[in-house]
Amino acid sequence: MSLGTSENNYELVSGLEIHVQLNTNTKIFSADSASFGALPNQNISTVSLALPGSLPKLNKEVVAKAVRIGLALNCTINQINHFDRKNYFYADLPKGYQITQDSQPICINGFLEVELADGSTKKIGINRIHLEEDAGKSIHDQDENYSLVDLNRAGVPLIEIVTEPDIRSAEEASALLTEIRKLVRHLNVSDGNMEEGSLRCDANISIRPKNATDFGTRCEVKNLNSMRNVRRAMDFEFSRQVEVVSAGGKIIQSTLNFDADKGTTSPMRTKEEANDYRYFADPDLPPVSISDAWLAEIKSLMPALPNEIWRQMVADFGISKADAALFAEDLSLLAYFNRALPNVKNKKSLINWLVGPVRAILSERGISIANFGVKPEQLAEALNLVDEKKLTQQIAIQQLLPAIENHDTEDVVKLAESLNLLISTNSDDLDGYIDEALQKYSQQVEAYKKGKKGVLGLFVGEVMKLAKGKADAKKINELILEKLK
Amino acid sequence: MNLDSKTIYKIADLARIHIEEEDVEQLIPEMNKILSFMEKLNELDTTNVEPLVYMNDATNVWREDEIKQEISTTDGLKNAAKHNERFFMVPKIIEK
Repeated sequence: MSLGTSENNYELVSGLEIHVQLNTNTKIFSADSASFGALPNQNISTVSLALPGSLPKLNKEVVAKAVRIGLALNCTINQINHFDRKNYFYADLPKGYQITQDSQPICINGFLEVELADGSTKKIGINRIHLEEDAGKSIHDQDENYSLVDLNRAGVPLIEIVTEPDIRSAEEASALLTEIRKLVRHLNVSDGNMEEGSLRCDANISIRPKNATDFGTRCEVKNLNSMRNVRRAMDFEFSRQVEVVSAGGKIIQSTLNFDADKGTTSPMRTKEEANDYRYFADPDLPPVSISDAWLAEIKSLMPALPNEIWRQMVADFGISKADAALFAEDLSLLAYFNRALPNVKNKKSLINWLVGPVRAILSERGISIANFGVKPEQLAEALNLVDEKKLTQQIAIQQLLPAIENHDTEDVVKLAESLNLLISTNSDDLDGYIDEALQKYSQQVEAYKKGKKGVLGLFVGEVMKLAKGKADAKKINELILEKLK
Repeated sequence: MNLDSKTIYKIADLARIHIEEEDVEQLIPEMNKILSFMEKLNELDTTNVEPLVYMNDATNVWREDEIKQEISTTDGLKNAAKHNERFFMVPKIIEK
């Protein structure tokens, strides 16, 4: 039998384990700060240090956040759940066990639909979401003879989202991660920052001949800390496994490390014996019972999800999906939009302004719209002036908006007037400018009269220049045409 | 119950205890004795008895998400076998 070496004969089968650090103020089982970036061993408590006699006490907010992400991922909420101990030794785990959820995780049986580049959607099953505590951090390269341990991270709340092995390509994996990162941010569950380790991912990867139904032997690639590395690790692992199997070899179940410099995977140094975690229920932590009333309350407080928001905006305002997605993925932009909306005469212009010039201003300054000096109501007034042809868009953006930021005024119209920005409606002025322009370009006027209509723009431009931009181009156009008849 | 030396080593490994080879011969009967004693419990019929995990019926013993910083870095490091001003120091972990 010839297997061939072609990767086309195989398909990738993968499931992800995604660790998400929750953005609570305090740790999961103690009241010391869960924030990132403190000095080493600053955020500690007797519980984080596992001092004898200390007892863990659950942070209620952690449960609420896990339920929120569970609902967003279409999970069943396991209303009675509890914590288990996972026993192993490592220097950054001072208790000798990690508190996690084994037999009764807080959320089960969900799914997420992700959109792929070709426009198709893919449904990926969520097996479970469980709560657990993060471990501390060991630093191996600062001291010649010792490893240094920082326990700031010990006890920071995590959820682990475990998907079904439904992923068939690196693209699907990366689409799933992108979507999950979007959701955790949207629901204010986590900052989703992969660089700071708030979102980490392990990938179980196997291959099988196309059309096969059985799963192949899987390898687990650990610590994928960027979207790009997830794709690279998957592509590399797929090729490696196809090569092994094509050469008649067997995949050995193993845990692999991804080397981001080389883009390769290699086996982690492991003990001969398989891990034996001896899970059992943690008697220090009474079970969690989420009442129907509390669950209903959490549900009622869920914001609309990004996919719902963009679909609604496309339907309501007839805008493109790409534009709508900007609002769906930025809650402060959406809030700004909703505050400005009742004050604008033309809803579509508001959208165009926000995704166009306003977005450009913000990205140039590198700030969020929440820090924009122009209030939604003020922006609404400014763009109403433009829509009413009392102000040109260019002057509005280049002069009026900065003026609003620098003046503490509620009355935008008055401000525009006092700065002399409004379009001069005085036809006499315009008349004068037009005469001046036509005189200046008398040769071109001759050409125009002989049929060279393209020079019209030149006249309009000149008039606009003379009017210092404060004129309506359409009106100038009309007046010039009138004159040249 | 009859433990072999392999199981003795495994238990020692799980408990992070180093045992000398010459002690294993003595440990086998000692461990067996303890296990045989505990085996007495197996005589009890526990069908339909749920395992007892918690000492009372309490659920939802939780707290609000408010920061309380109760110990300083210096206090936290005080009991460590070895430390510097900011870190716990442990034997070099070779595994990377």
